[in-house]
Amino acid sequence: MKRLLAGIAILGALGVGGFLLLTSPALQRAGTEPVPAGAPDLANGEIVFNAGGCASCHASPGQDDRLRLGGGLALTSPFGTFHVPNISPHPADGIGGWTAAQFQRAMRGGVSPDGRHYYPSFPYASYQRMTGTDLRDLFAYIGTLPQVAGRIRDHELPFPYSVRRGLGLWKLAFLDGRTFTPDPGRSAAWNRGAYLVEGPAHCAECHSPRNPLGGIEAGRRFAGGPNPDGEGKVPNITQHPDALGAWSKEEIAELLATGFTPSYDSVGGSMAPVIRNTSRLPQADRDAMAEYLKSLPAVPSAP
Amino acid sequence: MKRLVLACLAVAAGSAAVLAQAPASSPSDPIAERKALMKSVGAATGVATRMARGQAPFELAKAQEAFKVFQDAAAKMPTLYPETSKTGGDTSASPKIWEDMAGFRAAFAKFGADAADAAAKTTDEATFKTAFGQVSQNCGSCHQNYRVSR
Repeated sequence: MKRLLAGIAILGALGVGGFLLLTSPALQRAGTEPVPAGAPDLANGEIVFNAGGCASCHASPGQDDRLRLGGGLALTSPFGTFHVPNISPHPADGIGGWTAAQFQRAMRGGVSPDGRHYYPSFPYASYQRMTGTDLRDLFAYIGTLPQVAGRIRDHELPFPYSVRRGLGLWKLAFLDGRTFTPDPGRSAAWNRGAYLVEGPAHCAECHSPRNPLGGIEAGRRFAGGPNPDGEGKVPNITQHPDALGAWSKEEIAELLATGFTPSYDSVGGSMAPVIRNTSRLPQADRDAMAEYLKSLPAVPSAP
Repeated sequence: MKRLVLACLAVAAGSAAVLAQAPASSPSDPIAERKALMKSVGAATGVATRMARGQAPFELAKAQEAFKVFQDAAAKMPTLYPETSKTGGDTSASPKIWEDMAGFRAAFAKFGADAADAAAKTTDEATFKTAFGQVSQNCGSCHQNYRVSR
């Protein structure tokens, strides 16, 4: 009997130890590479900021200035309510006290400067594709924006989602840490579009159905799904005939510029703030995104 | 026999009165009506956008017609969202409309006022481009709050 209890205790210790090992933020190497040398390019940083849609979630709600990144928006999800943090350059309440290396680690590895996992409502599964140069420039650009005071409250998540450490398991399953690799067989515009869509613009994060663990269903990437943040559905943006199959490249680029569909309907919901970002991108970038989207395989919408 | 004819006449007169009244008092199918109205706004926006981009020649009459469509729609739309029309008919109206009817009406009032202002300011191609650009901001901001995607 004594031996049985000892056995259980040992197994338990091994289980706890294994969990701690597997879920350690240090296990995730993504974002730990050195920050590229050289002076940041603020103009490029602004393009990355607009492509990334940072303002859509992080701009303080209830005011018109999309460059005031005080956070506070409440994002409801099947896992609980997330409260978007302050990423303004305020030294105490925002990210003004961070280094470029800490920023890169947060964006690509989903790990905070104090070594904790971020929840993937912050779309680092897409941001991990971003280049070190873009992240360096983006961090410098955010540093030029207004400082907003005020810390945002903690997320409201039920157990077991409240255990941050457990996100290490999620990352083992859904975070590979690879930056975007260009396809030499494709045009420069296609590669630029693929980088923007898959990386900073993180289109797949909303436009894909997710499995019960909150990971994107690989086979249905971009095929749309239920709106994670409320009513309705997020549209399928693959080349399926019922999705964007009938749209021309120009029509997709037009939507990203003005929010108008080919029938001059104006997109709404959470896509409206996305358009306020993409409308500020260079035309060539919108064309590139459209070119990539036109190359996606047709996938039917989830029933 | 006389009585039967009178009765028939009375019934006929009654239904005629009902038929004549129905559209004026309450819309019989508000979801279909507001969809048709929004389609007309989309069509006018298409005409205006093509002119604003130089994809079609500028015509002052067409520009003013588009602003008229916007104003008429802005006046009519708020009457097409009775409590009974929250669901059904493949509607993409957000429940927020009925939670915040005052804000919803105010958005249409702003759209109507902006369209009237644009009509007053539009005298040529250059003034049209600026005016139309401002009015069309209303589409996205209102849809962001009050329309769900499907």
